[in-house]
Amino acid sequence: MQAKPKSKPFSWFSVINTIILTLAALSCLVPIIHIAAISFSSSSAAATGIVTFWPVDFSLNSYQYVIKRAQFWQSMLVSLERITLGGGINLLLIILSSFPLSKERHEFRARSFYAWLFFITMLFSGGLIPWYMAIRQYKLLDSIWALVLPGAVPVFSVILMLNFFRQIPKELSEAACIDGAGQWRILWQIYVPTSTPAIATVLLFALVGHWNSWFDGLILMNNPDHYPLQSYIQTIVVQRTYSMLSREEIQQLATISDRTLRSAQIFLGSLPIILVYPFLQRYFVKGIVLGGVKG
Amino acid sequence: MQKLRRELPLHLMILPGVILLILFQYVPMAGIIIAFQKFIPAKGLFGDQKWIGLDNFRYVFQLPSFTAVIGNTVVISLYKIILGLIVPVIFAILINEVRNKRFKTSIQTTIYLPHFLSWVVLGGILIDILSPSDGLVNRMIKAFGGSPIFFLGDNKWFQFTLIFSETWKEFGYGTIVYLAAITGIDPNLYEAAQIDGANRWKQTLHVTLPGMKMVIVLLMVLSLGNLLNAGFDQVFNLYSPTVYQTGDIIDTFVYRIGLLDAQFGVATAVGLFKSIISFVFVSVAYFSAYHFADYRIF
Repeated sequence: MQAKPKSKPFSWFSVINTIILTLAALSCLVPIIHIAAISFSSSSAAATGIVTFWPVDFSLNSYQYVIKRAQFWQSMLVSLERITLGGGINLLLIILSSFPLSKERHEFRARSFYAWLFFITMLFSGGLIPWYMAIRQYKLLDSIWALVLPGAVPVFSVILMLNFFRQIPKELSEAACIDGAGQWRILWQIYVPTSTPAIATVLLFALVGHWNSWFDGLILMNNPDHYPLQSYIQTIVVQRTYSMLSREEIQQLATISDRTLRSAQIFLGSLPIILVYPFLQRYFVKGIVLGGVKG
Repeated sequence: MQKLRRELPLHLMILPGVILLILFQYVPMAGIIIAFQKFIPAKGLFGDQKWIGLDNFRYVFQLPSFTAVIGNTVVISLYKIILGLIVPVIFAILINEVRNKRFKTSIQTTIYLPHFLSWVVLGGILIDILSPSDGLVNRMIKAFGGSPIFFLGDNKWFQFTLIFSETWKEFGYGTIVYLAAITGIDPNLYEAAQIDGANRWKQTLHVTLPGMKMVIVLLMVLSLGNLLNAGFDQVFNLYSPTVYQTGDIIDTFVYRIGLLDAQFGVATAVGLFKSIISFVFVSVAYFSAYHFADYRIF
């Protein structure tokens, strides 16, 4: 039986529907293609505004310039460090916190206490200034840990994970328990191996989240050398701060258009996501459906 | 005693998460005392600060710009919430009507993409394509004989640009939940509707939409909690002093007076004001979702 209503071979509705959906999809691609086209065009072509969806007067000047900038590589390195360290810590803490929370009350009497402790953080927050002052107090400013620890427990992902854990048949852990396995072994040898789809989802959320974060880098790092890539791009592209540049760099900048340079950096900032996204997309989708409704 | 021993590993597992939540969530919650102080950072978060009662609140509430900030926040987020509900529902229904499987998945893949790009990247793109002199959008407007619009620098257009671009970024991602709900609809219902002579439009109206009703109501209720979240990341990357009048929102205001002007007490007071109102909204939202839709988080 078909899940969808049957249709006639041709209908005006299908034609219009196809057009609407194609336009909507194009609207999501065109801006990125346009930026890429500008970044590969010569500065004069970009400046006169004739570039649309294909590079005019193809040139790699802006990329050569970006690649030579130490600051760019420095922040790329910070970003890589951040996503490895941050992604790992997030994943570990998600697994460790959601397992006890997935237990029934008779299995773990303190469960509802902990559940409230996690839940309250979704209802109330101290706000930006107290958060910043706390991190300052812990002497974490200008350290990679400031980018990794404050968001180390993503509560939304914990919920997603614990809902997944709950679907694992209780018989499995009961049998293991009879065989003398402790809670740690049950977690690592039964729950974790059977939860790979959920683990992939929360890990991807964590990695993308870390890659895309920029505000914490901007305010928690005083030295621009410690900026992750998105914070660096933010200062160059959005704030257009050039105070970080040396005199030679400013002179060199005169030969390349500001516009192609900015486009190149925007494009490089989005490139990792665009490259891995098509392959990993199904995990995201699965995750949202698994976790029920996004809060 | 034996029970405690059996539960001990569970306590140990959750301990690191709890410690981090205390350090980075609960300590800042206690840090709202800054709102009642003349705060000097050098003396430390819980140090010997000067208490000034409600002065910070009094000061900020009499600022004319603050009233505008509240107004902007509510207007921008309200439009975003409404469009963020309606547009994905429409697109989920349209996508569901597509027969060609390959076309369907490529549409889905493409429209989810903007959600995964940061507002730094998208902000940079929008600044370029919306530029009044040679941006792509204004080149198109000029080609059709219109006069260029300064989307990001004109108070008449700025809120529209925020609302439109946010809806554009999130509409595809928003369809996921609704498409899942549509998949859950019993195929027999369509069969029965067809026997009763319902055409496709009637089937959508009487089978598909009612089948999505629960999810729509649930998301509607939960989105209420975002009434004071007008989208810091987006506004921060798109606004400029010329559009503060229509584009400044609570979060950007807190950032500027707090971290740029170093008026820590005042900024914390505004943050606390926002947190309390949001707390009420979010609690009511969760409570109603729990009550009416049996929605449980933990």
